[in-house]
Amino acid sequence: MDETIREVALVAEGVRKQRPMLIDVFVRLVREKPLGLVGGVIVLLLIITAIFADVITPYTPTEQSLADRLEPPSATHLLGTDNLGRDLLSRIIYGARISITVGLAGSALCTLVATLIGLISGFAGGKTDIIIQRFVDAWMCFPPLFIFLTVMAVVGQGLWQVIFVLGIARGIGQSRVLRGAVFGIKENVYVEAARAVGASTTRTLLRHILPNIMAPVLTIFAVSSGYLILGEATLSFLGYGIPPPTPSWGGMLSGAGRRFMQQAPWLALWPGLALCIVVYGMNMLGDAIRDLLDPRLRGGLGRYSGVEKRRAKQRARLPQRS
Amino acid sequence: MRAYIIRRVALMVPTLFLVTVLVFCVIRLIPGDVIDLMVAERSDMAGMGTTMDADYIRHLLGLDVPIHIQYGRWLGVIQTPDAEGNLSFNGIFQGNLGSSLWMDRTVIDELGDRLPVSLELGAMSLMVALLFALPIGTYSAIRQDTIGDYIGRTIAVLAISVPAFWLATLLFVYPSIYLGWTPPVEYIPIAENPGANLVQFIIPAVLLGMLISGTTMRMTRTMMLEVLRQDYIRTAWSKGLRERIVVVRHALRNALIPVVSMIGLLLPILIGGTVVIEQIFALPGIGRLMLTSIQMRDYPMLSGVNVLTASFVLICNLVVDLTYAWLDPRVQYR
Repeated sequence: MDETIREVALVAEGVRKQRPMLIDVFVRLVREKPLGLVGGVIVLLLIITAIFADVITPYTPTEQSLADRLEPPSATHLLGTDNLGRDLLSRIIYGARISITVGLAGSALCTLVATLIGLISGFAGGKTDIIIQRFVDAWMCFPPLFIFLTVMAVVGQGLWQVIFVLGIARGIGQSRVLRGAVFGIKENVYVEAARAVGASTTRTLLRHILPNIMAPVLTIFAVSSGYLILGEATLSFLGYGIPPPTPSWGGMLSGAGRRFMQQAPWLALWPGLALCIVVYGMNMLGDAIRDLLDPRLRGGLGRYSGVEKRRAKQRARLPQRS
Repeated sequence: MRAYIIRRVALMVPTLFLVTVLVFCVIRLIPGDVIDLMVAERSDMAGMGTTMDADYIRHLLGLDVPIHIQYGRWLGVIQTPDAEGNLSFNGIFQGNLGSSLWMDRTVIDELGDRLPVSLELGAMSLMVALLFALPIGTYSAIRQDTIGDYIGRTIAVLAISVPAFWLATLLFVYPSIYLGWTPPVEYIPIAENPGANLVQFIIPAVLLGMLISGTTMRMTRTMMLEVLRQDYIRTAWSKGLRERIVVVRHALRNALIPVVSMIGLLLPILIGGTVVIEQIFALPGIGRLMLTSIQMRDYPMLSGVNVLTASFVLICNLVVDLTYAWLDPRVQYR
């Protein structure tokens, strides 16, 4: 009896010693995920660039100087100038601000929408769930870009409109994941216990269910940023995103500048390159975080390449029986 | 199995209904009245001062009745008057999606012309994607955490991160400067010159295929990793089977089942991707039709495109689910 109590106490102590989830994820990211760390550094650099855009840029992004139009990269204009004589480096740096805003604010909205729908649909179950899920079904039938374009045509162009449309549109789709997670959690005894002692629905949802689906919630946030940044760029490229002269990376690749690209190929190169690096970093980081948060993907039960390969080699070395 | 199929098809009915409602309502929220555009256009065309009355156009297009009546007529459950005033059911249920507001064509005809282009592009992209995704994904899994795996995974993430419209832009700019070559933008119908048509589609297909190859690659890798930890793989190894047999026959075949179903879920992305690619390469497919319809406020055309693609995706999902149940005996269909 005493031993059992001691064991329980030990286990409890072990549980208490556990690091908070976010710190734990960070530590393991540094230790276990080199590619994710690279992504994290890229994202960090992007955030710093976006915050200090005013300080770093040599020119203002909309400052025109027709005398210097279409100048190739040089010491005065490191990345060259565009067809209106605007400094490309400055425009790219300010573009980082747009991208990071879309990425973070959009992801936050997407996560919020997904969590709300997922919690309500999953916890209510029954008829409510069936009705909500038919809406989600119908929504997911449309190609994302079709939804983006059509709704953008309704709400008009602009940064906050883009964030609103992309965030909500993706959030509705992602709510599926959380609904599934809520279904799994709902059946646990502690949820039943909470109900039994008279906890309200809101309290049960916020105190007992939400903390237990934090892993998928964070995952949705982490993997959405890159997607949303790319979505904004695509919309701006097609002329339905953020209108000029705001320096959006996607918008810089389209519009009037397109006619001058043969003359000044650097116009085509830099915005896309910046976009690639940032989205790549976001995706790498997002993937690493998802791997760390998803218990199914944790190692443990024999890694194929490690254990089985070695065994295979050992077998090959054994003398063949005739 | 039969009960499962019936239940799945029955579930499609409310979804399809919601699809039509969503399409119909959202599209009519687009600001900027088509009537104003048309009045301006018509008065230009007529020239002789015979401007058409806005109310008359509105009546002609059936936009003068409340929205739920418009919806009913569009669906074909409320009678529509024709030019002579005769009432008849003429909507989706009768196989009629209406006529374009601008071109002298029915939506069905126009979609019929555009669909083969998009389907060809989509099918070729899918082939390209699988051609890259399956070998690289499998290799990544069987050499987990080696240099090869890192390279494979980097390629996969790059494929997702590099925007296709940027690569396409580069393709139009750089080769023309250094090689004097630009990708063809003159559309050649397949009936005219099948060879040239296929060649023309290769570049767009590779760019579009890239978009979904990354996701497929990662899915293949994850599924392979999961399968490779199963007991029957250990059994296969301990039987002394060669690696190729274990990987291809025992592991890959089982790992591919969820991959196939995921490709079905990627279809909306594939169709959406055609918007950008068709726009850049001037291919007259569904994607471009969608863009021009939004610009021109061509409500019937836009509704048609959306309803068509949504139904297509819905049917593909059904087919994928049924194949899944059929391929994988572990799936319980109730």
